[in-house]
Amino acid sequence: MTHAIQARDLAKHYGETKALDGVDLEVPQGRLLGVLGPNGAGKTTAVRILATLLRPDGGRAQVCGFDVVKQAHQVRSLIGLTGQYAAVDETLTGVENLVMIGRLLDMPRADARRRAAELLDRFGLTDAGGRAAKTYSGGMRRRLDLAASLVGRPQVLFLDEPTTGLDPRSRTELWGVVRALQSDGVTVLLTTQYLEEADQLADDIVVFDHGKVIAGGTPDELKATAGAQVLEVRPAEKAHLDLVERVVGELLGVPPEVTGGLVTGSVPDPAIVPAIVRRLDDLGVVAAELSLRKASLDEVFLALTGHRAEEPGEQGEAAA
Amino acid sequence: MTTITRTAPAVVASPRVRPAATARHVATLAWRSLVQIKHNPMELLDLSVQPIMFLLLFTYVFGGAIAGSTGQYLQFALPGLVAQNMLFASMTTAVGLNTDITKGVFDRLRTLPIARSAPLAGRIVADTLKQVWAFALFLGLGLVLGFRVHTGVAGVLGALALLLTFALAMSWAAVLVGVTAADQEKVQIMMFSLMMPITFTSNAFVRTDTMPSWLQKWVEINPVSHLADAVRGLLSGGPVASDAVTSLLWAAGITVVFAPLAVRAFRTRI
Repeated sequence: MTHAIQARDLAKHYGETKALDGVDLEVPQGRLLGVLGPNGAGKTTAVRILATLLRPDGGRAQVCGFDVVKQAHQVRSLIGLTGQYAAVDETLTGVENLVMIGRLLDMPRADARRRAAELLDRFGLTDAGGRAAKTYSGGMRRRLDLAASLVGRPQVLFLDEPTTGLDPRSRTELWGVVRALQSDGVTVLLTTQYLEEADQLADDIVVFDHGKVIAGGTPDELKATAGAQVLEVRPAEKAHLDLVERVVGELLGVPPEVTGGLVTGSVPDPAIVPAIVRRLDDLGVVAAELSLRKASLDEVFLALTGHRAEEPGEQGEAAA
Repeated sequence: MTTITRTAPAVVASPRVRPAATARHVATLAWRSLVQIKHNPMELLDLSVQPIMFLLLFTYVFGGAIAGSTGQYLQFALPGLVAQNMLFASMTTAVGLNTDITKGVFDRLRTLPIARSAPLAGRIVADTLKQVWAFALFLGLGLVLGFRVHTGVAGVLGALALLLTFALAMSWAAVLVGVTAADQEKVQIMMFSLMMPITFTSNAFVRTDTMPSWLQKWVEINPVSHLADAVRGLLSGGPVASDAVTSLLWAAGITVVFAPLAVRAFRTRI
């Protein structure tokens, strides 16, 4: 098996805060790894180390067989980075941004122009190519950003929360672009806070929490571990709350959460739900609300870690 | 150890960037800083308005009061204004660098296979060209208003060379401020409150002997005074050597202090 990205025991700390606490990653060539986790889990720190922007305090990492610290220069010739931290020059036009990158990658001027035109066309930015990037919408800017990281035809692409802050339509558009890159055989490492995004795009997912990888596998495997769906039951009468809690806990095999009159439990198999409904009916409990929905990242986290993804005071990546 | 066999890249960069390639990258990045002016005409205005405004204000508003005649004052003040403007303009390096860092452009550049120094060098080359533009503007407008060069082309080029050398030394301080400041606004406040008193407590605009004696002591040490006097000598004639040497020593001193600090800040923050 060939690995485009390989990391062993990566560590990075800022004072007392451990941004990364012994992370192992492996991305086979041509696959897309989704790195899922809340703010401050260490996702961006990992990306910055792999993209040669940050030196790890411990462990080592390789991109296409080159060490990210000792052979950073070779790594840089193989990667592209788009995300929270890499950006386009807002005072330049779309064309100028891309031509500049092309020239810095030693393309002759004519080639750099051709490549810029090609990428703008691919990202639907041809008409806006002559305008300064500061006039672009959020979605356009993100697409230009992605185009900028593709100028050099990278083997490995890092997408650090590429859709954070985008409206649903722009998000779907960007997903389309990422899928096209996958079919071109580009290896992608994508970080996201959205379970749905990882589910849509990733071949494999790892879940980060407090600087550690706490789970990994294909999206289906992960959902199976975490419980794919969530059952919510709100009894019409408050007095029935304990009863509902007991029934749901009994049939799901794990005690459910009770908050504000709502019983919430993770459902490993949807076939159990009718059984729960029947039991509640037999007991004469009327449910004011009964719903089955997909697990949110928060619930996957709860299932995997026993704590909520977003804890107060856990905001802010890397704490630097 | 795993290796990539299938779509092995045609070109993996060699571990070192050749000097010719670095020169090209620096030129590209300098072009980038200059082409920004095209989309942000305010910047050109900023580069040009201040010299024009200061020259006109000082000559016609203060000139008569300070020197008795505007013509005489222009001959005295223009070299001082040139020196002051050069110091203020060195602030643009800090602002531009800080913007690049906070907006993430710097990170994008750092993921490219180019020399580590290229982004910084590109910016400084562009800022140096802006300094040349401001100098030419001062001299051109000055000549129209009645300033006379008594030395010739060599004197003018000498003055420009001295100013640029000093500006380069100052750019180390600008890099330090640009890298360490949290945002652009703080950069401007820091640089302004540093430059304003330094440039005004010199003989750039007013003769030293009109000031109180305690201030005179500082004015005589102030590098801006030496720089202004050296430029005066190089443009209007008169003794140059002592002031030019003192200015260069100051430039060397500023470099010795700020270059290591700037490099260290650069390495730790970036």
